[in-house]
Amino acid sequence: MSRRPFVREVSKTRWYFKHPRYLRYMSREITCIFIGAFALLLLCAVLHLSRGQAAWESFLAALQGPWSALGLLVILAFALHNTTSWFNVTPKAMPVQIGEDFLPGKFIVAAHYLAWILASVLVLYFAGVR
Amino acid sequence: MAKSNKPIFWSLFAAGGTLAAFLAPVLVLLFLLVALGRAPDLFSYAQAHAFAAHWLGKLFLLAVITLFLWHAAHRLRVTAHDFGLRQDAIVAVLVYLAAAAGTVMSVVLLLRI
Repeated sequence: MSRRPFVREVSKTRWYFKHPRYLRYMSREITCIFIGAFALLLLCAVLHLSRGQAAWESFLAALQGPWSALGLLVILAFALHNTTSWFNVTPKAMPVQIGEDFLPGKFIVAAHYLAWILASVLVLYFAGVR
Repeated sequence: MAKSNKPIFWSLFAAGGTLAAFLAPVLVLLFLLVALGRAPDLFSYAQAHAFAAHWLGKLFLLAVITLFLWHAAHRLRVTAHDFGLRQDAIVAVLVYLAAAAGTVMSVVLLLRI
């Protein structure tokens, strides 16, 4: 054992700035903050809906404006980042085996994107967006 | 065999992440339209109330809110460690308690509609 062992200095709080790959990892991880924030917004919507028409309409009025639009735009960006990063690892998370071979990953990813577009269009149609 | 509660929280995380991957962008887009003053028809009180009053609408809202919360809670726990916060036991209790509180709240509120 060396008397002066080499100790690599790794910052516990800033290590992810060392390599772009680490930053990409962290960008995927922090999407959860925005998914959680949006869940709280939905909970807030349900709370106001349960209190009657006046409460619901004041909730909608409070939601209007450039700042909440900006906040929702940021949430939308991170939600999309969660979607693409989630779909892109599906071949690793659930490989499909056919006989001896595995279904190429691009088909699994493409199927997820197709289902995503279909689900989104359905929601928009159901919500009455024209 | 060693017992662990990890599979429970991990499966909630995975289910929430999958549901968020499919539905979060379009749902956020609906709220963005509201913020821009172009609220979709579903956001009128009559329609929103009718949606949440139906058992299918309740189930949808419950699944979305609670699974998003449990997904965020579990990932936040792991991410707290990555940001250098090493008190995992405390972090775990805090985030899971928050998700549990949100779950109870959404059940109670949805049953009132």
